[in-house]
Amino acid sequence: MGSTTDKLIKGGAFVIDDLDLNRMFVPEDITDEQKMMAKTTEDYIRKEVLPHKEELEKQDLELTKKLLKKAGDLGLLGADVPEAYGGIGLDKISSSLITEKFAPAGSFSLSYGAHVGIGSLPIVLFGTEEQKKKYLPGLATGTKFAAYALTEPGSGSDARGAKATAKLNDEGTHYILNGEKQWITNSGFADVFVVYAKIDGEQFSAFIVEKEFVGVSTGAEEKKMGIKASSTRTLILEDVKVPKENLLGEAGRGHIIAFNILNIGRYKLAVGVVGACKRGLELAAKYANERKQFKQPIAKFSLIQNKLANMAVRTYATETSVYRTVGLFADRLDTFTEEDERDGKKVADAIAEYAIECSLNKVFASEALDFVADEAVQIHGGYGYMSEYEVETIYRDSRINRIFEGTNEINRLIVPGTLLKKAMKGELPLLQKAQTLQEELMMLMPEQPGVAPLDKEKYLLKNAKKIFLMVAGLGAQKFGKDLENEQELLSNVADIVGDIYTMESVIARAEKSLEKAGEAKSEHKLLMTEVFTQEAFQNIEKLAKESLAAIEEGDSLRMMLSALKKMTRFEPANLIEKKRRIAASVLAEERYTV
Amino acid sequence: MNIYVIMKRTFDTEEKIAIENGEISDDGVNFIINPYDEYAIEEAIKLRDDNDGEVTVVTVGEEEAEKELRTALAMGCDKAVLINNEDVEDYDQFSTTVILAKYFEDKEYDIILGGNVTMDNGTGQIGPRLAEKLGIAHVSTIVDLKLKGEKLTVERDAEGDAEVIEVSLPVIVTAQQGLNEPRYPSLPGIMKAKKKPLEVLELDDLDLDEDDAEGLTESVEVFLPPEKAAGKVLEGDMEDQVQELVKLLRTEAKVI
Repeated sequence: MGSTTDKLIKGGAFVIDDLDLNRMFVPEDITDEQKMMAKTTEDYIRKEVLPHKEELEKQDLELTKKLLKKAGDLGLLGADVPEAYGGIGLDKISSSLITEKFAPAGSFSLSYGAHVGIGSLPIVLFGTEEQKKKYLPGLATGTKFAAYALTEPGSGSDARGAKATAKLNDEGTHYILNGEKQWITNSGFADVFVVYAKIDGEQFSAFIVEKEFVGVSTGAEEKKMGIKASSTRTLILEDVKVPKENLLGEAGRGHIIAFNILNIGRYKLAVGVVGACKRGLELAAKYANERKQFKQPIAKFSLIQNKLANMAVRTYATETSVYRTVGLFADRLDTFTEEDERDGKKVADAIAEYAIECSLNKVFASEALDFVADEAVQIHGGYGYMSEYEVETIYRDSRINRIFEGTNEINRLIVPGTLLKKAMKGELPLLQKAQTLQEELMMLMPEQPGVAPLDKEKYLLKNAKKIFLMVAGLGAQKFGKDLENEQELLSNVADIVGDIYTMESVIARAEKSLEKAGEAKSEHKLLMTEVFTQEAFQNIEKLAKESLAAIEEGDSLRMMLSALKKMTRFEPANLIEKKRRIAASVLAEERYTV
Repeated sequence: MNIYVIMKRTFDTEEKIAIENGEISDDGVNFIINPYDEYAIEEAIKLRDDNDGEVTVVTVGEEEAEKELRTALAMGCDKAVLINNEDVEDYDQFSTTVILAKYFEDKEYDIILGGNVTMDNGTGQIGPRLAEKLGIAHVSTIVDLKLKGEKLTVERDAEGDAEVIEVSLPVIVTAQQGLNEPRYPSLPGIMKAKKKPLEVLELDDLDLDEDDAEGLTESVEVFLPPEKAAGKVLEGDMEDQVQELVKLLRTEAKVI
């Protein structure tokens, strides 16, 4: 880290560039000081929050406020707020670790996340000096709480279709806000709302609205499938007089704020998921060791071991790619001067550069947790279906992650869309690379990877990048501007890109470990990397085949399929055996382990 | 006032103990501040906050103990000292006491706090032995502490009973569970900790020859407790069961 701006890794560049190992952040790089902050969070959650989990699940909002205030006393609410405004201004790795460690608190962590993330960050990043001075000290210490109000009954993914309106009064002193905002997390106790409305029904803009303003009210609590500790209500605005100086950002530029906050919301969601996956794995491993059937712990059955290994591999993959992404922001923010750091827009830009990575993480992490939660319930058998077991809550709570912060479908479409935009702007030489590849494809010969650790994985990764270029290139060639209507194809491309990102992340982490700690101490990482890479590659092959069949036909299809075949030829490793070994470590430690 | 805490880095209480080559293996183990020493740290910080002064936390150990010292600083201690004991080959409680006594020789101290025992070896010797060497009073297993002028009133846990003792400074007290609820470091505390002084001393710096700190005891054998065998359920008439039980208590358990 700490490189100059021109050397910074570009967002999305990973699909074509080779990764420089030393540039990738891995959890092994976490410093002692950062670990101490994580430990404080863990202790706080274990001692202050977990004893109250049952009351929290019954939506005791006074208790939620009280516990959040305690978090504020420890500095846990000020991680992303600069010191100048009463926060602590930590680096993004530290603030991510804190978010991760909140996860075992279940949906209480959502109240926390909505407050420090989407609630407070719009003001941190886009507020004027006066707005920051007025609101942030309270938000950073937990004397005030924040919520974010974007969604409406009629506008979810299509945020700019919002109906809420703002009109400047005749005196020119206040905007008059009217409308309804739906499913607002923390709305039951928030003091400050960041609200989106259209000035004169046209200019999509953001406003800071205080609970105390006349005309602000909230509806009844929603009845939800999960995340029951968190407050979710409708925010109702009836002729609310909002002082003109509470316009956040520029009039008509609300979408810029929304776009940036979504990026941040996405990576933060993924960070939280890392913690939830670890919790699910831990509970399942403990239970498998305890539960006896046929006179032995069910952990002895290899089918149970297989499940635990699959859970561990996905947790490892999620953790690795999420922290790689956070490392990218951190790298960029490291080049900032103190003045830059106070300029929220620059910070937002640093994160927005990695919009593709944010979306990929959101999709991968939320689906990993759904898988982990599902298998954790399955390992618990009938007990997993009973509410007194924590896995039941994790299972219900997990589902929302694929929906909010942009549905996984929207996020999948963002990936190829943004890549294409970057290519058109000349930021990424995608088109040139795709052309070179097409020539290469004609005379492609299958290769034999080496036998050293990770040789095969690196070979598969190299080919995966070629497969991406082939599929995306052919798709763009065939459909041109109409490609945006081929959503299934775009989704396939997004999945290929996502698998590439994660494969590369786990390979690099294992390789870094090999270099630093040696083969013996990297065994578990190597195993998980081998398993993940092989499975992800097989998935890529399947997606590519389906996509090619939708793009080409006849001879040219046969030609492309034969090229694909050459690129996907490899001898599969015995994953069953590898997974048994992964499970052995998980069961011995009864937790996520690397 | 000058408050000192003597602290040890120990295995995390959740670690599983493994023996390798006749020694307890610390491979891949998580370390923490000895929990009893945490009570001492908390009490020291509270004493300082109520009476002014300075808290210095001292440990004898390996370089890695710096992490636990930083944690103590983050909790609120003002200064930290690490005395490196890696040169001492046969190390035991005598060694720690000699080193600490030498360290305290030229220090001005009003009160030295420590844990009653450590979670690892659990000998509980350091407090009393150090007091003996320094020629000052010592009260162990304290659960309450009040300072009035030069006089300290402490309540100690005497095998379940409470004993109240008045003692004048300087004194060494060792903490029992229940003394307080140790705080965890706040994030601002952690940020401040890196700017606080942490001094690393070698035995040379104390004018101490490593031979003078060699331990006086020898570990003959280290072994894990036997695994708990499954329980036995007696069957048959009550009469027979009693007979069988008495027989087993005599022959197998050999307790009667």
